[in-house]
Amino acid sequence: MSDTAGGLLSLAALLALLAAAYVPLGDHMARVFTSTRHLRAERAVYRLTGVDPDAEQGARSYATSVVGFSAVGVAVLVGLLMAQAALPLHRDLPGVPFWMSVNTAVSFVTNTNWQSYAGESTLGFTAQMAGLAVQNFLSAAVGLAVAVALVRGFVRSRSGTLGNFWVDLTRGTIRILLPLSLAAALLLVAGGVVQSFADSTISTLAGHPQVLTGGPVASQEAIKLLGNNGGGFFNANSAHPLENPTALTNLLQVFLILVLPVSLTRTLGTMLGARRQGLAVLGVMTLLWTVSLVVTTCAEVGGHSAAARAAGAAMEGKETRFGEWASALFAVATTGTSTGAVNASHDSLTPAGGGAVLANMMLGEVAPGGVGAGVYGILVMAILTVFVAGLMVGRTPELLGKKINAAQMTYVALYTLTTPVLVLVGTGTAIARDDTAGALGNPGGHGFSEVLYAYTSAANNNGSAFGGLTVTSDFFQVSLALAMLLGRLVPIVLVLLLAGSLARQGTVPRTSGTLPTHTPLFAAMLVGVIVVMTGLTYFPALALGPIAEALS
Amino acid sequence: MTTLLTDLARQSLAALRLLLVMTVLLGIGYPVAVWGAGQAFGERAAGQPVRLDGEVVGSRLLGQHFEGEKWFHGRPSPQAYDALASAPSNLGPSNPELLAAIEQRRAEVAQREGVPAAEVPADALTGSGSGLDPHISPAYARLQVPRVAAANGLGTDEVERLVAAHTVGRALGFLGEPGVDVLGLNLALVHATGGTGGD
Repeated sequence: MSDTAGGLLSLAALLALLAAAYVPLGDHMARVFTSTRHLRAERAVYRLTGVDPDAEQGARSYATSVVGFSAVGVAVLVGLLMAQAALPLHRDLPGVPFWMSVNTAVSFVTNTNWQSYAGESTLGFTAQMAGLAVQNFLSAAVGLAVAVALVRGFVRSRSGTLGNFWVDLTRGTIRILLPLSLAAALLLVAGGVVQSFADSTISTLAGHPQVLTGGPVASQEAIKLLGNNGGGFFNANSAHPLENPTALTNLLQVFLILVLPVSLTRTLGTMLGARRQGLAVLGVMTLLWTVSLVVTTCAEVGGHSAAARAAGAAMEGKETRFGEWASALFAVATTGTSTGAVNASHDSLTPAGGGAVLANMMLGEVAPGGVGAGVYGILVMAILTVFVAGLMVGRTPELLGKKINAAQMTYVALYTLTTPVLVLVGTGTAIARDDTAGALGNPGGHGFSEVLYAYTSAANNNGSAFGGLTVTSDFFQVSLALAMLLGRLVPIVLVLLLAGSLARQGTVPRTSGTLPTHTPLFAAMLVGVIVVMTGLTYFPALALGPIAEALS
Repeated sequence: MTTLLTDLARQSLAALRLLLVMTVLLGIGYPVAVWGAGQAFGERAAGQPVRLDGEVVGSRLLGQHFEGEKWFHGRPSPQAYDALASAPSNLGPSNPELLAAIEQRRAEVAQREGVPAAEVPADALTGSGSGLDPHISPAYARLQVPRVAAANGLGTDEVERLVAAHTVGRALGFLGEPGVDVLGLNLALVHATGGTGGD
């Protein structure tokens, strides 16, 4: 079989798996967040937590819960990482330094999973599974909760409440993420991913010492991908043969990355009682993702770079068992969602391929975006689109029966400004510093791309990296932690305030003058708004980095 | 403002309690459950150790550092297959350092294998994504057959058969790329020559 036929068949298999999961999983998630019944396990959690599961929260209270939960998560995780030497299974490793702990804690709590450390040489097993993996679950559940709260804002009429954060968080974890992770982890173990609690040192066939690294890898891997976290157990992430041993586990991993963000568009349609709206959103996401996939695959398979021409193929930073096709697919899936796991070195991708995955994140993580974050991100862009459309025809814009007034547009405008400000100010500040030159892993425009990629990844809560950049200085640890924290919490608070303002409104009846938002015309407009916004914001920065490199 | 702060403090207490409950469930219960169920898969859950005379000499999944005439060589690994330092080179696609490394490797491999420089395949010239790639392309394995056969006193036919036996096809016939399991192949060489490994 040729590489091309294999690559296309792999893509077909992936799409078939996603299509099979779409309706049952999407509708299951809708039931989870609309049901009034509590499971016995959940009641136990509420009792232990002291939460009244039937109390409803308004937007401010819901937002306060998210912020409080995140703050506690960061504080506890910093403590755990710094004190890891006192924990069991610490592999004789010392506590993690303060700023690295802060960066890592913020990174995992914000669902970014940017890694300024190397897993195998920095962390013990308890820190990984009881610290990082717990936040893998909870940060994804927070994303789900916020998305659901925004959908309730559209569904509810003249209501002061958006649901109960603690209930949404607990249900998302117990009814969605945990069972799916258990199943996925066992499939990964069956595929050869390690799940053990010990390292061993051996003498290789040629007589060199080698540490066979172990660890609870499969359990962490499952939620790393399913929750769109992306933090690798090992430094090489999903390129590491113990995390991703075969092309079959690789397909499973790409499926796990995409399955929740894709199926959530069904959840959206079901909860809104407007399934075609969910399909329209999925169509927009698919179109953006496909363009990125085509560009990246053509660039990698075609070997359009100086190094690829010198070597005969773009195999630097890629594993033999995956090759260019499966590496390109993974790269686009991981950056289109907010995952950030990698099965190849993004720093070594061709200029066009690396530029495409960078641009994929710059879209604001809506193709199809992170767990929950993709849905609320694209709904915000949909509001912007009806606003633009409303200006064109001179009518008050409406989306899904809600009037978009000055209050809503204020939240939307602030939302769309937050990430670009963090990315561009962060990149500019870092580049202006004298010591940044010494941190770059590559010369010329590509070095600039490394910095731009870092702040884009952090502020969009992706977590993948152009890994040649050395980010262990206090400046990078602190500034990237700030980008992650503000890039996560500011949009979440704005989305919740927006949701609250929508829920308080009544629902306006549809008339012949209402712009339908489930049509191909609207979907095309939405794509246009996303692309134009991204282009206007980032084109100058992209021109200095990947575009300059691709043209030189 | 004060009500917001009181609310934040009250909510944070609930947050702390929920975090503790979830840590027990997700941070301990879940990985231990996967570990327990994973035992059903035997050594697959333990990294698939490879043995020679009963002694573990590696993992089927992790590449190893091989140098010298008698072994099949893996892909270039700057960290010499140190499993405590998994990483790609992260050299960019236009980096002169990478271009120079590729040219140097091309000359070295061509000289070592006694073939024209143009015949050296890409995977012999480039580092992998992990620095631990257990595979090489079938083309790179074929290139090494004459040298390895001569150094081990084996016929090229026999070594070619060993290469074929350790070539892993695409998963399910269409996923990923075919590769040759370098450790398995070298272990088969040891068996074929009645040796015990070592340099």
